Amino acid sequence: MRKLRHRFLAPMVAVSALALGLTACGGGDAETAGSGGTASPPAEKIKLTVGLFSDFHYAPLYEEFKKTHPNVEIVERRAQFNDHHTNLITQLTTGAGAADVVAVEGGYIGAFTPVPDKFHNLKEYGLDKRQSEYLDWKWKLGVSNDGSSLLGLGTDVGGLAMCYRPDLFKKAGLPTDREEVGALWPTWDAYIETGKKFVAGKVEGAKFTDGPGEHFRAMVEQAPIGFYDAQYNIVAATNPDVRKAYDTGVQMIDAGLSANLAAFSPPWNTGIAKGTFATMVCPAWKTGTIKDQKPGEGTWDIAAVPGGGGNQGGTHLMLPKQGKHPKEAAALIDLLTNKESQIKLFTEASALPSLPALYDDPAVKDFVNPYFGNAPIGKIFTDAAKALKPQPVGPKAGDVLQAIGNGLQRVDQGKQNAEEAWAQALKDVSRIK
Amino acid sequence: MATRAPDRLAAVPPNRPVGPRRRLRRHLVHQLDVKGSPYAYVAPFFLLFSAFGLFPLAYTAWVSLHEWTLLQDEHPFVGLENFRTLLADDYFWNATFNTLSIGVLSTAPQLLLAIWLAHLLNRPLRAQTFFRITLLLPNVTSVVAVVVIFSQLFGRDFGMINWVFSLVGVDGVAWNEGVLSSHFAISTMIMWRWTGYNALIFLAAMQAVPRELYEAATIDGASGMTQLRKITIPMIKPTIIFVVITSTIGAMQILAEPLLFSSYIITGGVDRQYQTLSLFIYENFTKLDFGYASAISWMMFVFIVVVAGINYLLTRRGKGGLA
Repeated sequence: MRKLRHRFLAPMVAVSALALGLTACGGGDAETAGSGGTASPPAEKIKLTVGLFSDFHYAPLYEEFKKTHPNVEIVERRAQFNDHHTNLITQLTTGAGAADVVAVEGGYIGAFTPVPDKFHNLKEYGLDKRQSEYLDWKWKLGVSNDGSSLLGLGTDVGGLAMCYRPDLFKKAGLPTDREEVGALWPTWDAYIETGKKFVAGKVEGAKFTDGPGEHFRAMVEQAPIGFYDAQYNIVAATNPDVRKAYDTGVQMIDAGLSANLAAFSPPWNTGIAKGTFATMVCPAWKTGTIKDQKPGEGTWDIAAVPGGGGNQGGTHLMLPKQGKHPKEAAALIDLLTNKESQIKLFTEASALPSLPALYDDPAVKDFVNPYFGNAPIGKIFTDAAKALKPQPVGPKAGDVLQAIGNGLQRVDQGKQNAEEAWAQALKDVSRIK
Repeated sequence: MATRAPDRLAAVPPNRPVGPRRRLRRHLVHQLDVKGSPYAYVAPFFLLFSAFGLFPLAYTAWVSLHEWTLLQDEHPFVGLENFRTLLADDYFWNATFNTLSIGVLSTAPQLLLAIWLAHLLNRPLRAQTFFRITLLLPNVTSVVAVVVIFSQLFGRDFGMINWVFSLVGVDGVAWNEGVLSSHFAISTMIMWRWTGYNALIFLAAMQAVPRELYEAATIDGASGMTQLRKITIPMIKPTIIFVVITSTIGAMQILAEPLLFSSYIITGGVDRQYQTLSLFIYENFTKLDFGYASAISWMMFVFIVVVAGINYLLTRRGKGGLA
């Protein structure tokens, strides 16, 4: 028996060693990385995975990183937006499968800041020295709720603007110059009044706006408190600002301004190209979405958003604790978010920097986008980001938004009146735990 | 299995002469081979089934008895609480209704169409293989591609179907907004994908029906339709039962079509007008409410068994038989 066992032992050891090796490559071990300081010898070949939810245009920056870290290989993984974040939660809980560097969008970051032990503390890699460069509220989004740990560094912010079609405005007898257009709507009420004028202009086949959902989101995010209070309790039902934003959305519907299209749905995409609506809420990154629909150069232009400034979206880069090479990964985050990188990403991918010093940098401030009639997007979006008042972002903010947004759409589709839809939306919100 | 061997050795009567040990050993190996090998051959399936079928099923049942949220470390046992909540949940019954409605709308016409198609193809025909392969093509198309294309066709503003309506002066329909209209649109997608596939299965069964029956019927002057009704359908009844049951199970699990219809909305429309059971499960899994989602999964399993059972009884009782 003994002999027999020995005969099996050798291959068994070999196989399990192999298996261990494989899982090590997958980056599964949460225990050993915990100490933080386990730096690997520099000569060793290292593979870093970067988990993103769309093309962040990082490829040239990876090349730059390799100049100083020739031993590091970078592999990018991309998933669908919602799936990316749900997967990340699963990976953190099960302790396996997360990428070394992960992107977390603003609507989701509240799900991760309560669990700092799932991430490497970036302070340990000296990244807290970057704090002075950042927009204060953007920096705070990346800090754990208890303030002990720095979980992520911001990449971009979604400074708000209003995109509009000059051709349709002209047909309706409204001004077309972006300065004049922006002056039409200092407030959301003024925006609705402008919309009524647009309707009176009887433009064939076009409504004033795509749908009230994104406007609702913008109004909520302009308020000092949104869906969550400072203690991260859901207050959507009782916060008067949320109800006011909802009512304003209903007013848009009642005034016949809405084309009744859900943002990012296929008919919405077609509508951008074909001009079935004349305005839409436009965070900096959405200019890329518009371009993708190929409406033609100069078809869309960009003006200031009602209510003065605001932010929608924007991302942080974080290091899940499963990652084996936090030192290199932290260095990569540092590079991807530094001044030069953020300028490059702004001019190439319309990702608005989260470093306010850059807002006065000519490369950003004076940047005009020829696709949008040479709109000075640098100035418009930085003004919006500067004017933002930060608000607490709770863990399920995205779900709350979806529930109330669905309610607005039910009103838009004529299925329910405003009160019924509100009641059902609150019922949906109360189910969110 | 090797651990069983010593037991057998002990089972050998002790008073037997222990003489040629080698013969005994060979005998035992032979016995083991004859008795054990068949089990070894079927074992891989059952092992895989236990790992990927039985275990998840049992584990899901276990999870459904807990309040199980992924982000929390504690999963308190709550007994049947999740099921109690579920049975009182409007959205659950809404999803059940939608699933049954889409299931009936898609399965019933689909099977009739499939039998008719198979019947047509069962005759001598030029380029037979070409037609048969064509039947299968919709099925090999990616479901995502199918839904995206059909959603465009059923679009409210730029859809082709509404465009055709406008040509004859009928108002366009907002397909994804109404209950019936959205169910109809989704059923069309399902039918487009699965009719040909089921027709091929029917065709295979029809090929096994003896030619003489048709010849005799033709001599007696029976029309094509009569032959289909009186000969073909009774003869392929076991296949019909099989197809009805597989289609029912498929229809109960519809996920991709309602998820991707109009856009990626996990509630199945803003008023949950086409939210199916699978979507409801998916929604609760993405909310990481695993206990509740598992409870729905189990209820869905029960529904499938019940509905498949009813269908089995109905199709079996259907009149027919050549006697």
